[in-house]
Amino acid sequence: MSASAPLAAFACVLRRDLLLALRRRSDVATTLFFFVIVVTLFPLGVGPEMSLLRTMAPGVLWVAALLASMLALGRLFAGDYADGTLEQLVLAPHPLGLLVGAKIAAHWLVTGLPLVLLAPLLGLAFDMRAEALGTLTLSLLLGTPTLGLIGAIGAALTLGLRGAGLLLSLLVLPLYIPVLIFGAGAVEAVAGGLGPGAHLSVLGALLVLALFFAPWAAALALRISLE
Amino acid sequence: MLVANGLECVRGGRRLFRAVGFELDPGTALEVQGANGSGKTSLLRMLCGLLAPAAGEILWNGADIRTLGEAYRGELVYLGHQNAIKDDLSALENLLVSETLAESAVTPAAARDSLARLGLAGCADLPTRVLSQGQKRRVALARLLFRERCRLWVLDEPFVALDQQAVREIAAIIAAQLGGGGIVVYTTHQEVAVAAPRRTELRLGR
Amino acid sequence: MDRHIRVGARRRVRGAINLYYYAAPRTFYPLAGRMARVFYAVAVVLGAIGLYIAFFVAPTDAQQGEGYRIIFLHVPAAWMSMFLYVVMAFWAAVGLAFNTRLSSMMAQAIAPTGAWMAFLALWTGALWGKPMWGTWWVWDARLTSELILLFLYLGFMALQAAIDDPRRADRAGAVLAIVGVVNVPIIYFSVQWWNTLHQGASVSLTRSPSMAATMLWGMLVMALAFWMYCLGATLTRVRAIILERERRSDWAHELALGKERDA
Repeated sequence: MSASAPLAAFACVLRRDLLLALRRRSDVATTLFFFVIVVTLFPLGVGPEMSLLRTMAPGVLWVAALLASMLALGRLFAGDYADGTLEQLVLAPHPLGLLVGAKIAAHWLVTGLPLVLLAPLLGLAFDMRAEALGTLTLSLLLGTPTLGLIGAIGAALTLGLRGAGLLLSLLVLPLYIPVLIFGAGAVEAVAGGLGPGAHLSVLGALLVLALFFAPWAAALALRISLE
Repeated sequence: MLVANGLECVRGGRRLFRAVGFELDPGTALEVQGANGSGKTSLLRMLCGLLAPAAGEILWNGADIRTLGEAYRGELVYLGHQNAIKDDLSALENLLVSETLAESAVTPAAARDSLARLGLAGCADLPTRVLSQGQKRRVALARLLFRERCRLWVLDEPFVALDQQAVREIAAIIAAQLGGGGIVVYTTHQEVAVAAPRRTELRLGR
Repeated sequence: MDRHIRVGARRRVRGAINLYYYAAPRTFYPLAGRMARVFYAVAVVLGAIGLYIAFFVAPTDAQQGEGYRIIFLHVPAAWMSMFLYVVMAFWAAVGLAFNTRLSSMMAQAIAPTGAWMAFLALWTGALWGKPMWGTWWVWDARLTSELILLFLYLGFMALQAAIDDPRRADRAGAVLAIVGVVNVPIIYFSVQWWNTLHQGASVSLTRSPSMAATMLWGMLVMALAFWMYCLGATLTRVRAIILERERRSDWAHELALGKERDA
């Protein structure tokens, strides 16, 4: 057992999940398509007036990103649970929190990161200004990993339950509120002529907190769900 | 040495078994028998630490397995009902991933060899989704070839879906492990002769 | 609520004090019944006193007229809803850490009462808001946090209801409650921040520069009455949970057949 063994295990799980996502590209596309269509619905709902849309844009994009990443959570552990690989992960001679962290990281790379990259394009359709677009991207970059980390706890808790998807949203959405407030707040602050520094710092703090605690909480929840 | 004391299993409000205990010295094979629903799989999952017993304790070399954590998991191989292989990965990739996670010294060439030994030479690079049930089981069982160092094998129905030849092959692998001082706990619905220095049987259910 | 257990333990002081005696569901069941009756009685008495103060002793508010009197329900309900969440998380955590079944049952029993208190606080808040601000709902920081708290309760209850195996339900609920209790301050802080950024709609519910002493007394008595009611309701519910979970045991059968006199 070498000192780099945990790192090797982390990389192994990360690579495996990325490879699986690569072979199931349609899953990734579904999440992105959901994001785009939710954002598209808003102008259709409230009317095409540009000044209104510009005011709403940060909130709309953030809520849509939040819903999309929540929708993707169902797939985080479900596949491994169904084919028994999750049990093998739990029994691997490594800290489970680390392996869960690798799974969350891979999940974010294939569902969160594309949202972050796509958001500025959609922001253009809402007539957002350049610096607001930059802040939007940055806030999503800091915020969506937190969503994935918190969501992993909910996904682990609801593993294998009837109506898990709906239940998951009920559990996770209230916990997403701080990220939504500071994420959308950062963009609004820039649009209103203020600096986004404070908002982004809090988002960063939330991310650090979630990075430290969420993988272990999710690991505990997984053990409970596997019993 | 694996010791179980007064194990009790309650699932969904129903008690499946109680006061189950045994001591397994190195080189012992324990065959767990019982009807469907008598708690065989639950007992095996308990031995792995996946399921907490409602009462009783499981000791590995004198220490409770719950306090041992990773050290115990490093000594353990568990083969469950499910094969724990990903449909979208090839047999080779599956084996490499599981053995990297288990910290086995594994190279692609060695993995290919062991797959070939189990009769999977032609399909090592196919996604396992196209394999038959028996072939998938063999992919799962190929892990055993890299785990001689693990002192405890817990195998839930290892022979299911296998043909005669593969059954003999797996029985030989298990016998070799037992001969080397390993402990093997397994269940089976088939009559399979596993050569073991010592063997015990445990019958669950009334 | 561990106070109850201690009260129970004192009853058996002969020999060693055995707190664990009443920690067993079987022995806690009759004790909870007796305690619930006492708490309900105290709640009725205190409630009557509190309402008397609220309606007849406390003066009419100079700015808000008679409508303010709803705070005698609103404020205690809001207090209890927050307090109960912490108590629930505490019992759930104890159940997770020490594998004590009764503490998990307590957590499960507290949740509906907590949710009911949160709902009551929101409802009375809306009733108060209509005459005060001319609208049923304002996105005030406190109201919004209270709403999120209600969601957290509902999530806890929904998760436990979705899991068939009681042990998994207890443990999963505990993880959720602990995650929730860590998040409650963060949520509250972020909602406050959000609210101060969007000044327009903000109305503070706590603005009461000169609260008359009688008002304060009325509120405190009502808060105590609510507390007693919550204890009684929780204990009554925990009895039902104990019976449901122990339905296969001999003592529960005897109880159902009416052989247990003490219950």
